[in-house]
Amino acid sequence: MAMEKDRGTAPLAPPAWRPPPRQPGLRYAGILALGAWGIAGAGLLGYLIKGFDGAYFARYAPKLLDGLIVTLELVSISILLGAILAFPIALARISRHAVLWAPAFGYIYLFRGTPLLAQTFLVYYGAGQFRAELVDLGLWWFFREAFNCALLTFTLNTSAYQAEILRGAIQSVPRGQWEGARALGLHDGVTFFKIILPQAFIIALRPLGNEIILMIKGSAVASVITVFDLMGQTRLAFSRSFEFQVYIWAAVIYLSIVETLRRVWERLERWLTRHMRPRA
Amino acid sequence: MEDVLGLLAWGPTGWGDELADGLRVTILLALATLPYGLVLGFLVALAKNSSDPALAAAGHIFTTIFRGLPELLTLFIVYYGGQILVQQLVNLFTDTYVEINSFVAGMIALGLVFAAFASEVFLGALRAIDKGQIEAGKALGLSTLQRLRLIILPQLIRYALPGLSNLWLVLLKDTSLVSVIALDDLLRQTNIAVGATKQPFLFYAVACLLYLSVSLLSSLALTAIERHVNRGQGRA
Repeated sequence: MAMEKDRGTAPLAPPAWRPPPRQPGLRYAGILALGAWGIAGAGLLGYLIKGFDGAYFARYAPKLLDGLIVTLELVSISILLGAILAFPIALARISRHAVLWAPAFGYIYLFRGTPLLAQTFLVYYGAGQFRAELVDLGLWWFFREAFNCALLTFTLNTSAYQAEILRGAIQSVPRGQWEGARALGLHDGVTFFKIILPQAFIIALRPLGNEIILMIKGSAVASVITVFDLMGQTRLAFSRSFEFQVYIWAAVIYLSIVETLRRVWERLERWLTRHMRPRA
Repeated sequence: MEDVLGLLAWGPTGWGDELADGLRVTILLALATLPYGLVLGFLVALAKNSSDPALAAAGHIFTTIFRGLPELLTLFIVYYGGQILVQQLVNLFTDTYVEINSFVAGMIALGLVFAAFASEVFLGALRAIDKGQIEAGKALGLSTLQRLRLIILPQLIRYALPGLSNLWLVLLKDTSLVSVIALDDLLRQTNIAVGATKQPFLFYAVACLLYLSVSLLSSLALTAIERHVNRGQGRA
């Protein structure tokens, strides 16, 4: 009875808004974690400044830049050649004929299932074993250079990855696109090149960017077979001076390339898909 | 053919047992890296997913660094840099010479890289879990840890497994890099065999086949695990 009376006199007010409870634990964890990074960064910077030696810098900085150019050459050429190779491989992989499908599958599986370093050794040292035959074929000049062997290995390797990316992209274009084109009376060839492929490229854009980044990082492996890329020059400088700083410089360079590429690629992707976003 | 069999034979004349030994080290290294990489990756993912901006930023810094550095460079930095750091710490007390174990260095470096990529996989999985379920857990009065254990983790495995399977295969291949810091893994044993026999093509091809068979076996196992965690999901 009393309650009813109460309800009659004072209408039930909605609960007052309260800010969500703070989680002080998270707050402290955040400060601690970010602080740890800050201290690590400051320590590293201090180490670089304290150990900075003008003569050393003047001697090795240009070498690292030379190495950077070799790295960029290695990656850009192998990505481009790999893309050209990837196209027929992806098409063969999609094909329903076992004669085409099986070798493409085997190729992709082989290159994606084994370490890039082992592949590089196989090509570089394996070629040395068949020197006489390669001389007879007139190909020895190519395999004699470690750079060329790395280039060949990276091209084959990335072509397998890119073929798989392209295959996935082509197959993920909705089937209705094929059916629609057929209903309009378009040939299969026209449909593929003008309707399916452009859409597939857009789907493939993001994994392709990742593949380029993986290739930049993976190319450090070339240093093991005496290619003087960025990593190779870094290792050489370290083995001559035992100055650890040079590894930090290399890390900074690699990180800036990868981050720059990631951001540029994101922009590119946004620009290429601008027609797919609703207009504001 | 006789030659090949002789070279790959077990015992003091052939290299079969050395390669098997290297394969054992490779698999051990990958297996030792996995749990620590998974836990670290999950913690980083939680940090990136947290509402606290400082914690999220710290997580993103971790990912940016270890996803962007070449694995080989990370390995060298951990191996040589760790050597210098530990030596200086030891020098504070005594002046004995310490040497970093290359297995441990490899484990640390590969785990950092694994965690950076795994945290992205976990983050995707965390975001795939329906928000309403977390809210329902809160409404039922479950604590943060209970929500994590009873609601998030069982579903997280399902969402994260395909990505993690991929990372496991990458990790297996990345272990080959430790051969450069003189850990006797499969690739380094192969290098030694090549140095002694001058048969690079044969031995590197065998090494590649061994890597291939390990990844084939693990994909079979991973498919089985995937089927197991998806058993309640109808056809999947």
